[in-house]
Amino acid sequence: MSEQAIDVRDLVVRAGGLRAVRGVSFAIPPGGRMGLVGESGSGKTLTALSLMGLLPAGLGATGRILHDGADLLTLSDRRFSNRRGRTLSMIFQDPLSALNPVQRVGEQIASVIRRHTGAGRQAAMAQVVDLAAQMKLPRPEEIVRAYPHQLSGGQQQRLMIAMALSCYPQLIIADEPTTALDVTVQREVLRLLSAAVDERGSALLMITHDLPVVAAMCETVAVMYGGTIVEIGPVAEVFRDPRHPYTRGLLDSQPDIDRIAPDGSSRLESIPGMVPPLHALPKGCAFRPRCAFATELCERMPPLEGGARKAACWHPVSGPRGAAP
Amino acid sequence: MIRYILRRLAFFFGALIVASILIFTMIRVAGGNVAAVVLGKDASAEAIEALVVEYGLDRPLPVQYFDWIGGMLRGDLGQSFRTGESVAGLVVSRLPVSVPLALSGLLLAMLIALPLGIYAARNIGKPSGAAVALFSQIGIAVPVFWAGVLMSLLFGVKLGWLPTGGWIPWSVDPVAAIRSLVLPVVSLSVVLAAILSRYVRTAVLDVMNQDYVRTARAVGMTRTEALIQVGLRNAALPIVTVLGLQVAELIGGTVIIETVFSLPGLARMILANVAAREVIVVQSTVMLIIVFVMVLNLIVDLAYGFLDPRIRTAS
Repeated sequence: MSEQAIDVRDLVVRAGGLRAVRGVSFAIPPGGRMGLVGESGSGKTLTALSLMGLLPAGLGATGRILHDGADLLTLSDRRFSNRRGRTLSMIFQDPLSALNPVQRVGEQIASVIRRHTGAGRQAAMAQVVDLAAQMKLPRPEEIVRAYPHQLSGGQQQRLMIAMALSCYPQLIIADEPTTALDVTVQREVLRLLSAAVDERGSALLMITHDLPVVAAMCETVAVMYGGTIVEIGPVAEVFRDPRHPYTRGLLDSQPDIDRIAPDGSSRLESIPGMVPPLHALPKGCAFRPRCAFATELCERMPPLEGGARKAACWHPVSGPRGAAP
Repeated sequence: MIRYILRRLAFFFGALIVASILIFTMIRVAGGNVAAVVLGKDASAEAIEALVVEYGLDRPLPVQYFDWIGGMLRGDLGQSFRTGESVAGLVVSRLPVSVPLALSGLLLAMLIALPLGIYAARNIGKPSGAAVALFSQIGIAVPVFWAGVLMSLLFGVKLGWLPTGGWIPWSVDPVAAIRSLVLPVVSLSVVLAAILSRYVRTAVLDVMNQDYVRTARAVGMTRTEALIQVGLRNAALPIVTVLGLQVAELIGGTVIIETVFSLPGLARMILANVAAREVIVVQSTVMLIIVFVMVLNLIVDLAYGFLDPRIRTAS
């Protein structure tokens, strides 16, 4: 089948008659790290939930998701459940709401270990304490006995990461894992996540709108817009020399601390217009109405083409960023 | 947790005091000249005056209030004007009917409502789920007395399986006692269950959409495992709250059901004594029932703290 940690082919997510994800394909090799970026509503979280088989009721995925010798989309819920938390697992955005409020965090993690490894209660709990220590939590023996609400956001998310990684999965999906945290702890949590993923040799799919995080943590990046991938390739190339006008716009919207004028005269770039709602996606390239380069040709859907890096655009831009288009 | 318990207890006693003052005032204001009513139209002014003095009804209200409360605290609930029977004795004689009726009504309602509500939540959007929701809706619309009359007509009159009313004491024939309770308990619980199952359905639906249930799924639980191992424990919190509130509903339903099935229970005793203007009997029995409801609510509050660590560990 596929040698990749995950190999997604032509994934489509339907919500009623609408397609929220419209034919997404990508692969992450074992131990590889890919960033998935895009604005809210671009389909990145739905893509991730499809990979986990956890789409909300009423949404359905088609295509192929190859992972660990199987096409996940063909598995029964019971067989899929047996893989979740074991061969692939997910870290969510808001750790407080993602943890069970009425169970001690240590017991929550231990139950995952016991479920997938068959370890006994005490052995599992010992592993949990080890995991907490790896996550640099102070007094791990005590902290695992706490309830979620008794911990800080950073502590909650570290334990969430420990839970997701407890069974050495081949793939970790992290959906904006630091968005809900204080800026001061974001960096530390990401560093710990990075180290823990490395140590296990897991592949990582990092969903975020924080481009510097992708630049620091990932090898490849896929940019989503309107339910499709508009550009994908090695992070360094895509960020240094974006081909798709949307990628360029996204990069230009990032505040660059080095370029802020001390007199306060500098202003943030932004992409004109808004993300179109699903029911009003334009024909052809979804970015067309907001794009300065759009022509009649763009009314046809551009294919995602190229070598190691691909862009779905009839009029790819080029040249280093910063120069006026 | 200790602080939480102490706070609940303080509320409990505070509410008891307020309730007792309210009952006392309402009954004394609405009661009119008790002695005149008790003695009838032809009573002489002297006789009425004598009775008023005998029962201390001429003393200032606060004095009467504290006299009454003091008696209650010592276990003296007063006695009937007419017969001189002690209220405590009257109440105790009715408990073998009312307590089994109310408690098994509540228990059966829970046994019906929990599976039904969970089933409706899991099958939302499907015909089977809609059917359950429809049943609940009908159950809510049906008054308890009508449910009782229907049950009595079907199982008592038409099929002849169970008595349509009346009471044979436990000491005479326990099986007959149970048989006379079956229809009242079922009528009462069907209506309670209809209401309760809707709360169960809502609570389960709400919980199943929570992020922590998605997390439970993301680490390997099937939908059913996530519901049972994570969902129900969380859904229990709102359900327990509603149960506490339903106790009051339960008492109201008991009054009606005892009347429909002519059961000699506590509720009917109170009604009879209201009609007879037995001020002390009514006042003390109503207070007892309020204490009962509030104790159940206190238990609910404490259970809440036990179930929810966020309450238990809050300082």
